[in-house]
Amino acid sequence: MDAILLQILNGLDKGSAYALIALGLTLIFGTLGVVNFAHGALFMIGAFCAVTLQKIFNLSYEVIDETQTDFLGNPLKVKTPYVESWFGPEMGATIIDWSVPLSILFAIPIMLMVGYVMERGLIKHFYKRPHADQILVTFGLAIVLQEIIKYFFGANPIQTPPPAALSGSVDLGLALGFDPNAIVYPIWRLVYFLFAVVIIGGVFSFLQFTTFGMVVRAGMADRETVGLLGINIDRRFTIMFGIAAAVAGLAGVMYGPLNPPNYHMGMDFLVLSFVVVVVGGMGSLPGAVLAGFLLGILESFASTTWATTTIPGINQIIIYLVAIIVLLTRPRGLMGRKGVMEE
Amino acid sequence: MLGLNKKDTSLLIVVAILTLLAPFILNPFPSDSAMAQFNAGYPDLMQRFVIFGIFAIGFNILFGLTGYLSFGHAAFLGVGSYSAVWMFKLLSYNVIPAIALSVVVAGLFSVLIGYISLRRSGIYFSILTLAFAQMSFALAYSVLSNPKFNLTNGETGLQVYADDPQILQGANAPDLPHLFGLPMRATYTMDVGAWSFDFNAGYYLCAVIMMVVFYLAIRIFRSPFGMMLRAVKSNQQRMNYTGLNSKPYTLAAFVISGMYAGLAGGLMAAMDPLAGAERMQWTASGEVVLMTILGGTGTLIGPVLGAGFIKYFENIFSKINDNVLHSWFAFLPDGLEDAVVFIIHPFIGKGWHLTLGILFMLVVIYLPGGLVEGGQRLLNWIRRKSVGGDDTREGKTEPAE
Repeated sequence: MDAILLQILNGLDKGSAYALIALGLTLIFGTLGVVNFAHGALFMIGAFCAVTLQKIFNLSYEVIDETQTDFLGNPLKVKTPYVESWFGPEMGATIIDWSVPLSILFAIPIMLMVGYVMERGLIKHFYKRPHADQILVTFGLAIVLQEIIKYFFGANPIQTPPPAALSGSVDLGLALGFDPNAIVYPIWRLVYFLFAVVIIGGVFSFLQFTTFGMVVRAGMADRETVGLLGINIDRRFTIMFGIAAAVAGLAGVMYGPLNPPNYHMGMDFLVLSFVVVVVGGMGSLPGAVLAGFLLGILESFASTTWATTTIPGINQIIIYLVAIIVLLTRPRGLMGRKGVMEE
Repeated sequence: MLGLNKKDTSLLIVVAILTLLAPFILNPFPSDSAMAQFNAGYPDLMQRFVIFGIFAIGFNILFGLTGYLSFGHAAFLGVGSYSAVWMFKLLSYNVIPAIALSVVVAGLFSVLIGYISLRRSGIYFSILTLAFAQMSFALAYSVLSNPKFNLTNGETGLQVYADDPQILQGANAPDLPHLFGLPMRATYTMDVGAWSFDFNAGYYLCAVIMMVVFYLAIRIFRSPFGMMLRAVKSNQQRMNYTGLNSKPYTLAAFVISGMYAGLAGGLMAAMDPLAGAERMQWTASGEVVLMTILGGTGTLIGPVLGAGFIKYFENIFSKINDNVLHSWFAFLPDGLEDAVVFIIHPFIGKGWHLTLGILFMLVVIYLPGGLVEGGQRLLNWIRRKSVGGDDTREGKTEPAE
């Protein structure tokens, strides 16, 4: 029992990332009807927002401290980050420590802007072109974005540690009544899962309970009619594109501590996220979220020693295998509407 | 000639001349001049031109004719490479059985994948092929290299070892890939004044094979079968309504293009007897998509042009560094020179992929017909100029797509 629970928990962090990216992909597909191959790049840009902010916080100046000397007897140069000198040493250290969560605030405007520029500058011209062209141009864009990040940050992964208070592990089993050390779980994964739940809940309630969201949903159902009612639906869809970009970006920001960001992390996630979207059902938001978590958990179960000794390599191919089976038996996906993109 | 009309015959002849004389054409600069680094006439690169040309021609038969965008074609390339190396390990270093097996195995593999993937079309087809290719990559990379059943040799890559059986290997046959005793690495260097030209056995083998498959591609394009594939691209639904089952046609196209990819993979292994899993990764599949689009989808010569273009600039751009740039712009005033070099710097050397990405986007946005369409537009423009503006009407008939 505790082993099963542990695997479910282990699947949650990847599942959350899949769900968030797939949610953004589905938002874009559902509103604008565009297949966005650059969505993984948005995830990556989010992660590099955290890297950038961490670098900004760590900008420091050098002071020659006469009271301390190094082993040669010269006065020691002490580096002090600017934030520490502005807010005092303690406050400054805390800010640096919490740079990843603080990056959320930094990333939201940036990602909204990136999404807006991307839609207005490029995607807009591709609504009337075939899906193949959309895939191709966003694929090209993904390469460009990836190479730009590589140029500025290098090819190696960059560590973005979580705040000290949220690193380490917690013994969840104890709280749930299992033996001690049965379920030891890293705190940051828990944080990531809760964060994903909050974001997903936020997006859904935004669509469900605001007038803006209502109009967007109406537009998803029938764009033309909403347009005929005198509503500028394109503008709203552009904003939705920005929101989808922000969701992907935030997923990336918080993913840094789990896996140090590098320039090709987006591509790695993109392929899987597409598979997730297809399994969940093209255009279905709850389907994307459900499939994201399901596949994440399934992947974690397939990685157990029992599974890998029974069928070697099952952990590597399980998601693709599921996708193939789903596509062939139920092409509309788990929660897709009948008749939407079934061909 | 050979059942082709006049236009296609001349195209084939031009391609034949270009490939056979490639060692001259690609080496226009004297070997000790500063421009020698832009020479592309060395065997390794020339082989890659034609091998990727074959790969792209095959991909174009599927994508260009039927419009099915496969994002997993590198899987067939990888399978071809693996089977060729296995032939080297088991039989002998002769390339003929290796290439034959790689085509057959890739064909069988593509029947399997194609049969399943072609049950869906559009974006679902792309994702299915992508999923299959990633699955093959994951399997080749890790699972199929376990000690009990080592089919791919995992991360190291499959290669020939001294204790492999090689049952047909003759006593005095060369110990590297060869064609009935003629090693693929054999190179004859001809020195003419300051120039030197390399004639490589492996390159000529690839070139001859490419001409054969190029001829086959022309025949497919012009056949009733090719017509049927175009019908699938323009309106599959209507085709179904007329009572035609399009599935066998698309599957045949898929298998043919898979066999082309397998052939390319087999040749790759024949030139360098090593097969690695990274050949199957989806970025490799993306590369052939780039080549085909860049050159011109659905045209005969486009994919070959695209493959040559990308491989050439990949090599050349990676070689340009800041020093080279400084020497080019030395005529500018110092400050300006530094500024120009600074601006160009991100796009050269390691930044080649950035240039490629931007170029690719520009082509998809402004020139959906690729380099071929670009060339046609240029020709039209020149023709209009030379005639002298009196028939501006004719200029408006731009090639559709």
